[in-house]
Amino acid sequence: MGLYKQVVKPVLAGFGITAKRLKHRKVTLGYPEELREQYPRTRWRHFLTRYDNGLEKCIGCSLCAGACPARCIYVEAAENTDEARFSPGERYAPRYEINMIRCIFCGYCQEACPTGAIVLRKNFELADYKREDFIYTKEMLLEKYPGEADAPFVGHYQKTATRKS
Amino acid sequence: MPKRVETIVLHDSSTPVLGDVQKGGNVVVTSLETLLGQARANSLWPLTFGLACCAIEMMSTVASRFDIARFGSEAFRATPRQADVMIIAGRLSKKMAPVLRQIYDQMPEPKWVISMGACASSGGVYNNYAIVQGADQVVPVDVYVPGCPPSPDALIYAVLKLQEKVKRHTARNLSDLRLTEVHAPRRLEEVEA
Repeated sequence: MGLYKQVVKPVLAGFGITAKRLKHRKVTLGYPEELREQYPRTRWRHFLTRYDNGLEKCIGCSLCAGACPARCIYVEAAENTDEARFSPGERYAPRYEINMIRCIFCGYCQEACPTGAIVLRKNFELADYKREDFIYTKEMLLEKYPGEADAPFVGHYQKTATRKS
Repeated sequence: MPKRVETIVLHDSSTPVLGDVQKGGNVVVTSLETLLGQARANSLWPLTFGLACCAIEMMSTVASRFDIARFGSEAFRATPRQADVMIIAGRLSKKMAPVLRQIYDQMPEPKWVISMGACASSGGVYNNYAIVQGADQVVPVDVYVPGCPPSPDALIYAVLKLQEKVKRHTARNLSDLRLTEVHAPRRLEEVEA
């Protein structure tokens, strides 16, 4: 009687819990091959956006740099001329640099921007080997065509997977 | 030609048996560094070095939803003697820096460091007298992860980047294979300096 009560019954109860857990949904995500659905307001990599006609939205006002709590944004402004026109207004930013390693992705720059030029999107695969590679210059931040920033994010390992197949 | 070799092997009893050649199998030839690189990359045991909020994300990386065990890194060790990679998770204060360095020195070769989050990598918002502006002032860092804190996916991406780096490592000489300790333990004067 003691054997049943002290050994068999607890063992059966334990296996019962295991059996109950078997029918549960699996929770592990297959990250490098597939991405989890991110929240709509997820804030990761910055983009400098363009208007539909291809002109840059950034006017070089440095409000983003002022709002940044980590002081990781550097903006240099210059005048637009009729020969070399980059943005619709008077001024544009010839240099725009973000220190990605110091940035805390708070999104204050996005909030401060009067033209909606700087946006934070869902590309979280930013890890790298060298410190110098984290200074994102304007060439890296500026989207190649209008609307590139809004394109759905495809991870590095999904890209390699599709290339192979 | 392969068939001829196989026939000779099958008929000559003095030929040494090589792998599964007699059964018609294949032989894979690789270099020792590739083999070591694969073995090391797929069993990176991290050291728990949670210093602040990033450690919460590091814990969640080990938990079942993100499950870093899929990449062979589930064995978080509390002792530096059994760890390969140190994940510095959180802001590194100047008082903690000597401790971090000592623990790094106690880890056996080969060893790697992941600097997780803005604070560990560069100081982040804490540009003040108390925080070391970048863990690479104290230990050599292999992979930096931006983010405040980096999401578990971002940390897994950094671990995959580190695996790539370990696999790519080419040894120029025998000591470069790092089978034994390369650097002698630091002398007392060096520690105090």
